[in-house]
Amino acid sequence: MSLDPGALPLAVTFDALTNTSFWISVGVIAGTYAIVAVGLQLNTGFTGIVNFGQAAFMAIGAYTMAILVLKAGFSFWLSLPCAVLAAMIFGVIVGLPALRLRADYFAIATIAMAEVVRLFAQNARGLTGGNEGLFCDPNNPSNCYTNSWRHLSDSINNFVSNFWSNPDALFPLLLVIWVTVGVAIFVLRRLQRTPWGRVLRAIREDEDAAQALGKNTLLYKLQSLAISACLGAIAGFFLALNLATIHPLDFEPLVTFFAFSVLILGGMGSYRGVAVGSVLFWFVLEGTRFIDLPDPPFTETRIASIRLAITGLLLIGLMAFRPQGLFGKREEMVIGE
Amino acid sequence: MEAGQMTEQVAPAVGERLSDRLRRRPWLGAIAVIVAIFLALVAGEGLHDVAQTGVNGLSLGAIYALGAVGLTLVYGILKLVNFAHGDFLTFGAYMAYLVNVTWGMPLILGVFWAMIATALLGLLFERLLWSPMRAKHAGFLQLILMSIGLAFLLRAIIQWFWSTDIRVLDVNATSTVDFLGLRIGQTQLIVVIVGVVVIIGIGLMLRLTLLGKQMRALSDDLELAETAGIDTRRVINYTWIFAGALAGLAGVLAGATTDLRPELGFELLLPIFAAVILGGIGDAFGALAAGMVIGVMTEWSTLVIDARWKTAVGFLVLIIALIVRPQGIFGKAKTI
Repeated sequence: MSLDPGALPLAVTFDALTNTSFWISVGVIAGTYAIVAVGLQLNTGFTGIVNFGQAAFMAIGAYTMAILVLKAGFSFWLSLPCAVLAAMIFGVIVGLPALRLRADYFAIATIAMAEVVRLFAQNARGLTGGNEGLFCDPNNPSNCYTNSWRHLSDSINNFVSNFWSNPDALFPLLLVIWVTVGVAIFVLRRLQRTPWGRVLRAIREDEDAAQALGKNTLLYKLQSLAISACLGAIAGFFLALNLATIHPLDFEPLVTFFAFSVLILGGMGSYRGVAVGSVLFWFVLEGTRFIDLPDPPFTETRIASIRLAITGLLLIGLMAFRPQGLFGKREEMVIGE
Repeated sequence: MEAGQMTEQVAPAVGERLSDRLRRRPWLGAIAVIVAIFLALVAGEGLHDVAQTGVNGLSLGAIYALGAVGLTLVYGILKLVNFAHGDFLTFGAYMAYLVNVTWGMPLILGVFWAMIATALLGLLFERLLWSPMRAKHAGFLQLILMSIGLAFLLRAIIQWFWSTDIRVLDVNATSTVDFLGLRIGQTQLIVVIVGVVVIIGIGLMLRLTLLGKQMRALSDDLELAETAGIDTRRVINYTWIFAGALAGLAGVLAGATTDLRPELGFELLLPIFAAVILGGIGDAFGALAAGMVIGVMTEWSTLVIDARWKTAVGFLVLIIALIVRPQGIFGKAKTI
């Protein structure tokens, strides 16, 4: 479980090939990771800061939302902007000291920060439920963060049922996630063409030169990190709505690394590439579930290890032969040169 | 970004460097902080508890230190932030398991096999991945992501052969030694002794042998070292042998004091990074000292806070070190 944060609770059978709800659940995961990786694209691809702490922003988004609803009695819709704000503020607090560091130190600092957040979620039992995770109290179903969502989800499906009889329960989530991906990509692509976006690229290419032109580069990098934190928090909401429980293991560094795999596959400097990369990555990874392998020797953990090996080989192969990814431009891959 | 320029650790003549160090305040400052914490803890919790947890800390610190030496040398010399280093530790631990449990041979043979196998693994990846990538002038992000891919691959291989079940080495986990009123586990005592002996050995080797000097020269400036006539390829190969063997040893020691899981090494990686940064990147002595300090601090923390928080201590040391003194206790302020 800890090795496979995106695991789907489905049996390994050939039926999955024609199973619509299976593909929809894969699409939900792919969309969630696309949102995470779009934020990483802004940071790593366009600003040149290697943010290895994205899982922490997802955790802060999911936990803050759930804690505000379950423990503080906030409404679901009010908890969302609050949780986004919490993640962004945290991003700024972390970024203020850490963004002054060199790129490699920043990467290590952010992963350490993400682990501190995860350890906090694991050990502050009173607030976060510790290792049992945070979930809605079955004895008090009226106070649950999924209620408002389920309400909306039902109305979407009511409408959809005009065209598709008996739509899948996850379909509204898929729809909302991919609309979010589309909006995020649209906005960020527009921002990239503004003077603000050009300063970010200047920082990526040569921070000293940008500074010499009188730009407060720290401020720009902070903004880049805060936007990425906002996207991370939103992905955290979707993760929480998709899974019944919010669990510390869902926010391991592995999640960030999977998102980096998505980013690299899609390509540096291409937002749309990230969306395509995420779909490809998760369809291949989850597609391994179709291969109907005999149990000995192919136990569940071995099939999980195959997925891990695919991801590892993908990262190694891309970095060796095509570091710009599928849709990236070689000249956008300048970090560290 | 300016990641290409790494800390240029200047390594002047031996005598000069020692006196230079003593004059440098951060080093003394760090000792003063540790002594102050020690005295405060003794006053609050009593000498016995502080010593008892201190021994635990030394065994943990030995593991961190042994893991950190290899990581810091590779980082300093090859400018490679090797996220697969933790999985080298895991690999070593499972190699010892293979010899010690599967084949039923003494653990000492397992230790040697783990060190040899992990050293060969380091050499193999140098030949297959890192050397070609250096020839291509790969950027820092390319290398870091490749090492993460390698970490995934190693963990996948381990998980394929040994599954995710928790396994233990054939060590005497129950018998204890009474020493000055302290109860020290036999395994733990061996870990501390092996760790300290090996650490002193490495320190002397780096300080006294030509190879050690060459390693430090490469860490300063690889191209300059090559121009000066050093066979850099040979030194790099030895660096990987060194890093691999010590990671293998650290992995076995970690496996012997706790248990074996595929995540064993990755969970140790961040405290090991903390030791690398606190000690100053490329500085093997710094890494050894910082590893020990972080190990002891982690165990001391259990005297004042709940033990389940102790993992966070290494991360906090790392974050504080990065904010306050990113060049490490022994390092010089440069382009950081």
